[in-house]
Amino acid sequence: MTKQADLKLNVHGRVLVAAPSGELDHYKAERLRAQIDSTFEKSSCRHILLDMGGVSFMDSSGIGMIIGRYKKTELSGGRIVIANMSEPISRLFDVSGLSKIVSRAESAGMAMHMLGGSFDE
Amino acid sequence: MNKSLIKLEISAFTENISISRVVAAAFVAPLDPTVEEVTEIKTAVSEAVTNAIIHGYARQGYAEHRGHASEATHALESENSENNEAGDNDFVQIIFSAENRVVTIEVRDSGVGIENIESAREPLFTTKPELERSGMGFSVMESFMDSVEISSLPGEGTSVVLTKKINGAQQ
Repeated sequence: MTKQADLKLNVHGRVLVAAPSGELDHYKAERLRAQIDSTFEKSSCRHILLDMGGVSFMDSSGIGMIIGRYKKTELSGGRIVIANMSEPISRLFDVSGLSKIVSRAESAGMAMHMLGGSFDE
Repeated sequence: MNKSLIKLEISAFTENISISRVVAAAFVAPLDPTVEEVTEIKTAVSEAVTNAIIHGYARQGYAEHRGHASEATHALESENSENNEAGDNDFVQIIFSAENRVVTIEVRDSGVGIENIESAREPLFTTKPELERSGMGFSVMESFMDSVEISSLPGEGTSVVLTKKINGAQQ
């Protein structure tokens, strides 16, 4: 059982970059949020950049996970931006109304720009 | 006897949800569905099976043992901390059938049942906010499938019947 390999976490200044991969269902979402929160709390990050490029499947468990991280960044005066969403995940965003509250970007670079950070940090 | 009928039974653990999606995709494959149709069916099945496990049988993964996010690392070390108290005979049954390109998938559990089906159907309604459930499960099923029928008896279990016509790439 892989425990860490399905999520890459990197801190760039005030931005925590989280790049999950594989299928994001309830089982996986529970583990992702634990790992993201743990790193977020230990760091001095305010923002989360969620790079969905490696996610091949997502159901409403992923929506719940994203809403939770949205609230978390809001509490620390930050934001969350979602990058590289596939077409099916975009549809799920629209169905759930999440697209009204969470910003999205075409690429991780654009998302980083929206958060005022840099991958060089 | 219906030739295209498959009954799948999985024990009520969240790590088994992925198997139900794999079987759903394999079941509809002979109907030559579009990639979009396969995704919609996989998503709806994933929602229904997740509900059966975490609501029907109240199995929530390790979250309930976690307490707080900062204890996450510890929780991850004990990967097998999933709640086993719900009993080893808790199964989710998924029955796939197809007729004239209409796929019917029934997801059945013998769990606690749903007190109020109308509330459960409402967007954003969840009985488990602590698990960060979005409350969008039935809304997603309804928007991705042609019909979603829910029947439930408190204390007896729940059945969710999902149907969808597979148009495929030709139309």
